[in-house]
Amino acid sequence: MTFQVMTANRLHDGQVVYLAEDDSWSERLSDAIVADSDEMAKTLLTLGARAVEQHIVVDAYLFAVSVENGRILPLSRRELIRAAGPSVRIDLGYQAAAE
Amino acid sequence: MYRYDEFDQTFVDERVAQFRDQVARRLTGEIPEDAFKPLRLMNGVYLQLHAYMLRVAVPYGVLSSRQLRQLAHISRRYDKGYGHFTTRQNIQYNWLKLEDVPDVLADLAAVEMHAIQTSGNCIRNTTADQFAGVAADEIEDPRVYAEIIRQWSTLHPEFSFLPRKFKIAVTGAPNDRAAIKTHDIGIGIVQNAAGETGFEIFVGGGQGRTPVVAKRIRGFLPKRHLLSYLEAILRVYNQLGQRANIYKARIKILVNTVGIEEFTRLVEDEWQYLKDTALDLPAAEIERINAYFAPPAYDTLAHDDPAYEEKRLTDPVFARWARTSVHAHKKPGYAIVTISLKPVGGIPGDATAEQMEAVADLADRYSFGELRVAHEQNLVLADVRQRDLHALWQQLQAHGLATANVGLLTDIIACPGLDYCNLANARSIPIAQRISERFADLNRVHDIGRVTLNISGCINACGHHHVGNIGILGVDKKGTEYYQVTLGGSADENTEIGKIIGPAFDEHQIVDAIETIIGTYLEIRKNGESFIDTYRRVGLSPFKETLYATH
Repeated sequence: MTFQVMTANRLHDGQVVYLAEDDSWSERLSDAIVADSDEMAKTLLTLGARAVEQHIVVDAYLFAVSVENGRILPLSRRELIRAAGPSVRIDLGYQAAAE
Repeated sequence: MYRYDEFDQTFVDERVAQFRDQVARRLTGEIPEDAFKPLRLMNGVYLQLHAYMLRVAVPYGVLSSRQLRQLAHISRRYDKGYGHFTTRQNIQYNWLKLEDVPDVLADLAAVEMHAIQTSGNCIRNTTADQFAGVAADEIEDPRVYAEIIRQWSTLHPEFSFLPRKFKIAVTGAPNDRAAIKTHDIGIGIVQNAAGETGFEIFVGGGQGRTPVVAKRIRGFLPKRHLLSYLEAILRVYNQLGQRANIYKARIKILVNTVGIEEFTRLVEDEWQYLKDTALDLPAAEIERINAYFAPPAYDTLAHDDPAYEEKRLTDPVFARWARTSVHAHKKPGYAIVTISLKPVGGIPGDATAEQMEAVADLADRYSFGELRVAHEQNLVLADVRQRDLHALWQQLQAHGLATANVGLLTDIIACPGLDYCNLANARSIPIAQRISERFADLNRVHDIGRVTLNISGCINACGHHHVGNIGILGVDKKGTEYYQVTLGGSADENTEIGKIIGPAFDEHQIVDAIETIIGTYLEIRKNGESFIDTYRRVGLSPFKETLYATH
């Protein structure tokens, strides 16, 4: 079973967000709920679809992550870039605030 | 340049108001995303990796200084202080909030701009030679016909839901700087044996996953038939283009499937119903549009300005910049200047708000307040007095805009790639940056000479990799970015699709691979041969041998 996280873009500003505790959406990947079973992944999908229907987010989907020492890391380059910001502009995106 | 009439301004203002209402209803949930997506795309709004992206149309690449200042203002107020000039002469903002987009569109409308038809399956912004109206080799100004096409194609009810997007380009010069043969329709202004000016029409060109060089459908079309003939082509395509399969929906597939002879017959048949109707272009209408593009009040000057000549002789750094950035103008004593948006290690096509404002000021001071966007992702000042070139260059230097690499290896075309784009499989920009840094030595780049290097981050080919002398295509192989190299492409009057040289390189190998290709060229080139000349003489083999010798 691959670990998975639910992500989307927030409707009003398009920002990347992750499904977190209490059915909230966080800008921080570290806040995300990590699904470690098919059943949990299904729950996240349901919650993601509901948030789309409630017009909170758009384009909700699951993506694969690893969890190392409690740190959530996307497996794909695409999700790394979404989580951090453009690799060519480290002054932009969430990575800028983390500096 | 063209100025909006009452009709233009009214429909643009009405569209802003309409979209403002649609966004408000989307944010309250009254309109679901499925219904909203086509509405936002009709207004140039995409959802990309980090935020909403807005693509703003720059009609045939022509901007006033006032418009450029407004683009700078928008980047600063609503985005992150920069914009990205694209390979279709447009500008994109990468970090917009949906709730701000109506205000952005209102700010654009205030300077006679919009983002309509910059997305969706419609006729997109018509592009043109960035040297239009001033090039020494020009037969006639293509902006006049690009504007006529803009008016005809904007909100054209019959062509708002085509099988797929549709791109038209126009050149008025035999040396094609508008890449017309890579477009769905390419239009070249030509003269016939009787000395009359008309159009040579090409159809079915395109890049993407099926690159095709456009085929000639008409050798000479009299001017008055331009719109009726375009309408006939679009009608045939609209009726017969494959709507069921997105990968087979472009006109190039239709032309290839039925063959150019049959496609021509279909168009000519359709044209019989359309020619000499309301679509006819009377000479008076052409003249009316032509008046918008009347030449500015040029000074009467000598052919070669002595002060410019002297500066070139005494200032070698200036001379090197002039060699690549300064181009022949049709008026004596004037020059066309290309401003490189490709500094060493920079992001191709990006300009900060400050740079945009600086260029707007320089356009006011030296070029009648107008400028152009080139599809190579550079800016152009079209009407600079030769005597002002040195002062202009000094001021460009102060803003990081005087890199002497236009038309050379580091004048790289690159799409936004995986750093921004939802469709991309691999990053383009960092590869462009690392190649640019490897070849930072301008003496070396000038020695290498004219060569085009184009990079796309996916097969959609926004970075025009198929038609780069050297093309790089980013692909994803099991989660790792790889880069496939093509050689021999070109986007000029001798348009060709590049050939894949062999297995792809990973991100750590690709810059060395480019260095090997360039090294091979330098080894085998004959006197005065450009990269593409050498390639056409020797083919892929010598490059393949050196590239894969150790593999």
